[in-house]
Amino acid sequence: MQKFTRLGCPKIECMKKLYLLLLLVFACYGLQAQQIVESFDDFAPLLKQTQTDTTYVINFWATWCLPCVKELPYFEQLQKSTAQQKIKTILVSLDFRKDLETKLNPFLKQRQFSALVVALLDSKQQQWIEKVDSTWSGALPATLVYRGALRKFKEGEFENFDELRDFVQEFLDPKNSNLRHNK
Amino acid sequence: MKTKNGIGLGFFAAVFYLLSFFPQLPVALGLKVGDTAPDFLLKSTSGKLVGLKDYKNAKGYIVVFTCNTCPYAQAYEQRIIDLHNKMTPMGWPVVAIMPNDPSVQPGDGFDRMTERAKAKKYPFEYLFDEGQKVFPTYGAARTPHVFLLDKDRKVRYIGAIDDNADDESLITRRYVEEAISAIENGTEPDPNLTKAVGCMIKVKK
Repeated sequence: MQKFTRLGCPKIECMKKLYLLLLLVFACYGLQAQQIVESFDDFAPLLKQTQTDTTYVINFWATWCLPCVKELPYFEQLQKSTAQQKIKTILVSLDFRKDLETKLNPFLKQRQFSALVVALLDSKQQQWIEKVDSTWSGALPATLVYRGALRKFKEGEFENFDELRDFVQEFLDPKNSNLRHNK
Repeated sequence: MKTKNGIGLGFFAAVFYLLSFFPQLPVALGLKVGDTAPDFLLKSTSGKLVGLKDYKNAKGYIVVFTCNTCPYAQAYEQRIIDLHNKMTPMGWPVVAIMPNDPSVQPGDGFDRMTERAKAKKYPFEYLFDEGQKVFPTYGAARTPHVFLLDKDRKVRYIGAIDDNADDESLITRRYVEEAISAIENGTEPDPNLTKAVGCMIKVKK
């Protein structure tokens, strides 16, 4: 007679399923919170969400861009320090497709960002750079902040956390005491 | 009349005084298509001082702002070499200018530029924008960034070399080559302005 485990399947089959499940869990964990987007059209909705109570902070960066990498912790700090506020940070990586496995994934694994990371692989940059902001030359880093119809765009890096905090301040409730820079 | 001159001078003095608070003019005040680009005289890794006027028989110039350290520019390095080799016999040489401040980006120092030019056997002049005076007048915002000039130094195309940095096999538009064909056929390049991702140009803050 076959032994049935509590899961209701024959022991050997169950072990196989459990093993596969664990493998899948580890695989997902290894990939971290990264979404790969092939077409800008699939990404575009993130640039025009209509909820007026959420501030979207969208930073364009790449592992090959040193000033970008230097300012990423400020975005993490911003996301963490306004957890109770409605703020959603999206870090959009423009790394090359061939560097996803060898550069981006290891970088993300090491940093473990809590913000959402999107790898935008749409190579038709000539067409979509304008759609992010008409003034953007394409240089990295660049940051778009918006809430409803209120919108601000910056080409270039934030020197420190305070600069980033000041940039988004008007989008958040100015009376909010949660957001203080750490000395 | 003395009073009028006084007011005029006062006005200009006020303007200059206010401008002194903004020592760095925004890079957006660069060249547009149709503007005449300035010539320059810059140190090349080949050992010479080079300006556009040194290209006696050129029909035009492919001015490319590029550097050693930007992986995006590196991805285009061979394509820039190929562009020069293909277009020079037709009278359109590449003139490469390195715009970064080496004190901010040491890998772009003149010695390193020279090393790289020798290692990769650059067939074009690779110029050092000493003091970072030239790139702001062009309005270069990233590396790589192309300014295609005709022989009168009129800007005819600004932007990317082609439409796929990631994968050469997927290129559908070779913007610079197409722009040159258009000019030679007496028509306007279309598009005459393209945008692409690249590294910010490194300036001391």
